[in-house]
Amino acid sequence: MASLHEHDGHSPGGMPPGSNPPPKKGFWAWLNKRLPVDEFISSQLTGYYAPKNFNIWYFFGSLALVVLVLQLVTGIFLTMFYKVGETTSFDSVEYIMREVDWGWLIRYLHSTGASAFFIVVYLHMFRALLYGSYKAPRELLWILGMLVYLALMAEAFMGYVLPWGNMSFWGAQVIVNLFGTIPGIGPGLVEWIRGDYGIADATLNRFFSLHVVAIPLALLLLVMLHLVALRQTGSNNPDGIEIKEKVGADGKPLDGIPFHPYYTVKDIVGVGMFLVIFAIIVFFTPTLGGLFLEGPNFGPANPMSTPEHIAPVWYFTPYYAILRAVPNQRMGALLMALAVLSFLFLPWLDRSPVKSMRYRGWMSRAALAIFAISFVALGYLGLQPAEGSYVLLARIFALLYFLFFLAMPFYSKFDRTKPVPDRVIYHAH
Amino acid sequence: MHTSPWEKVARGAAGLLLLSALMIVSGSALAEESAGSESGGSTDSDWSHWHAGNDVKNIASLQRGARNFLNYCAGCHSLKYERYSRMAQDLEIPPDLEQKYFLPPGTKDTSYISSAMPAGDAETWFGKAPPDLSLMARERGPDYLYQFLKTFYVDPKRQTGANNMRLPSTAMPDVISALEGLKKPVYKTVGTEQVFDHFEQLAPGEMSAEEFDGFVRDTVNFLDYVGEPAQVQRRAMGVWVVLFLLVFTWLAWLLKREYWKDVH
Repeated sequence: MASLHEHDGHSPGGMPPGSNPPPKKGFWAWLNKRLPVDEFISSQLTGYYAPKNFNIWYFFGSLALVVLVLQLVTGIFLTMFYKVGETTSFDSVEYIMREVDWGWLIRYLHSTGASAFFIVVYLHMFRALLYGSYKAPRELLWILGMLVYLALMAEAFMGYVLPWGNMSFWGAQVIVNLFGTIPGIGPGLVEWIRGDYGIADATLNRFFSLHVVAIPLALLLLVMLHLVALRQTGSNNPDGIEIKEKVGADGKPLDGIPFHPYYTVKDIVGVGMFLVIFAIIVFFTPTLGGLFLEGPNFGPANPMSTPEHIAPVWYFTPYYAILRAVPNQRMGALLMALAVLSFLFLPWLDRSPVKSMRYRGWMSRAALAIFAISFVALGYLGLQPAEGSYVLLARIFALLYFLFFLAMPFYSKFDRTKPVPDRVIYHAH
Repeated sequence: MHTSPWEKVARGAAGLLLLSALMIVSGSALAEESAGSESGGSTDSDWSHWHAGNDVKNIASLQRGARNFLNYCAGCHSLKYERYSRMAQDLEIPPDLEQKYFLPPGTKDTSYISSAMPAGDAETWFGKAPPDLSLMARERGPDYLYQFLKTFYVDPKRQTGANNMRLPSTAMPDVISALEGLKKPVYKTVGTEQVFDHFEQLAPGEMSAEEFDGFVRDTVNFLDYVGEPAQVQRRAMGVWVVLFLLVFTWLAWLLKREYWKDVH
C-alpha cells in the first residue's frame, strides 16, 4: 500500500491521489474560489477510498449510472419526435423508426436500455444480497436503492404504455386494474389514475408527463441520495469488512485505494464489456425474440382485440407470476406488492453476525441460491400462459420466494458462520 | 488464496449465467440473421412449422416481392408507413422503372403506399377492413405470413369460398388461387379424431408449386423489409460498432492493468 503514496506516475496532474493540489493560477483558481471543483474531486474521487478487493459484481453500480444517462439522452431525442395522443402515438413511433435520421437507433437504444437497466439493477441487488451490503450501517443506502428500483418500475411501466401498441394498452389495463383490488377506495382510485373510465387518451397523456418529467426527476434525486449515502458509509466489499476500521498512519484505510484513478479505469472496462453485449442486442436482435419488444406491440392499441395472452415485459414477470399464482385477485395483488416491498425489510430480517456469504454457513447460502432460482423461475413462468402445471410451479416458487424473507431471522441466526479475517483478501494480478 | 469450494461454485454459476446469457443473445441474433437458412417444410401436415426462409438482403427477391405486393395485395392492403420513394431507394429501383411499374397513375413518389379500397366499403364487403400490412411481419413474424399464404384451401361453407389453416375463418378471399390453383385438405383418422394430412390439388394454377413457393417467399420477404426498412443497415453497422467496442474494451483493460500494477 505504501507504494501507492510514493508512486505518482498515474495520478492526474502528477499529484499523489488524495492530497491537496498546490494553489493554482488563472481561470482554475478563479473558478475554485467560486465553486469547490477541486474540493469535490478530491473528496469524492481522488480522496475517496474504496476497498481494493471489489470483484466483477461491483461493476453494476456504475453500469446502472451509465444506463440512466443513456436513457435520459435517448429519451430527450425521442421526445423531440414522439407525439403523445391516442391517434398519434403509435404513428409517431413508426415515424421515428422509419423517417427520422438515426431514429431507429435512438429508439432501440432506449427500448434495449430499459431492459438493460433492469438486468443491471437486478445483478446490483443480488450483489447486495451476496455480500450483505444492506446490513448496518448501510440500511438507508439499501432503502434508497430500493426506492430507486420502485421509481424505475413506475418509469418502465409508463414508458411501455407510450408506443400505444396493443400490449401497451392491455398491459396498462391489467396493471392499473390491480389498484382496483384495494378495498374501499379501489374503484375510485383506478378511475383517478386513468383519468377516464378506461385506459384512454387521458391516461396516455398523464403517463407521458410522468414518464418524461416527474419520475426522471425523482429518479435523479433518489440516485443522488443513494450515492451520498454510499459516500457516507463507504462501500461494502466481498469480504464484508469495514475498511474504515483499519487505517494507516496517514489516516487512510489500509485496504482502500482512491476511487479515482483505480476504480474509474476499472469501471471503464466494465462499461466496455457491457456495451459489447448491449450493442449485439441493439444491432442484431433488438426484440430479443420478443423478450425486449413483444410482437403484439407492433399492432396499434385496440380495445376490441385482446392479445392471446397478456404478459408484461420480462422484468415484471416474476411478480406477475406471483399475482397469477393466487386464485383470489385481491390476495394476488397484495402478495405481488409484498414481493416487491419485502426487500425493504432485509436489513432487519437478517440476524447474521457476518455480512458476506464468504463467511456464512450452508443455510444462508442455500437460502440465497433457492431464492435466486425462484426469482428466475417465476420470471419464466410469468411469461407463460397461466394454466396447468405452470400455475402449480408458480405457487411452489412463490412460496420459496417468500420463505427466503420470512425464515431469514431464523436461518441467518442459527447458521454456523466462519471467522471473518481482519483485512480484506486481495491478490494482485 | 483461500477460495472456499462454495465460492468456486458461485463463480462457476456466475460464469455459466453469463455464458448462457451470451448464448441466448447470440443465438437470438443468429436466428434473426439467418432466418433464411432453412426454408419450407417438406410435408403439408407440418405446415405450422414451415419457415419463410426469406432473406432481406436479397434485393432481387425484394423487388419481385414489391411487384407481387402491388399487383396482388395493394388493391385491399395498404402499407401506410412506407413511401414509394423509400421503397424505390432501398430496393434499388431506378426512378424511371419506379414511375413505369410501381407508381399508380397520378401518385407522387413521396406518397405512402395506400390501398385503393375505401375502408368503409371494405368493412361492408368483408365484415372487416383488410389490415394495413406495414408491421404485420413484425407483429406476427414472417413464418406466420408464409404459412398463411400457403395454406388457403377451398371451403364451400365460407362466403368467400376459401378458408385457411393458419387463420381459420379468415375474411380474406383466396386472391392468389389463380396462381396457385385450388386445393382441398385431406384428413386422416387418428384414433377417433380427424387430423389434417395433406392438400390435394383440385385445379392447377398459372404457376408450378416451386414458382408459387418463390412467389410467396418474395412477397413475405418484402413485407419483412417493410416491417423494418432500416434492418439491413442496422446489422451492417452493428458489425463495426461491436468491433470498435471490443478494441475499446481491450485498450481500457490494458489501461486498467497498468494502473493496478501499483495495488498490492
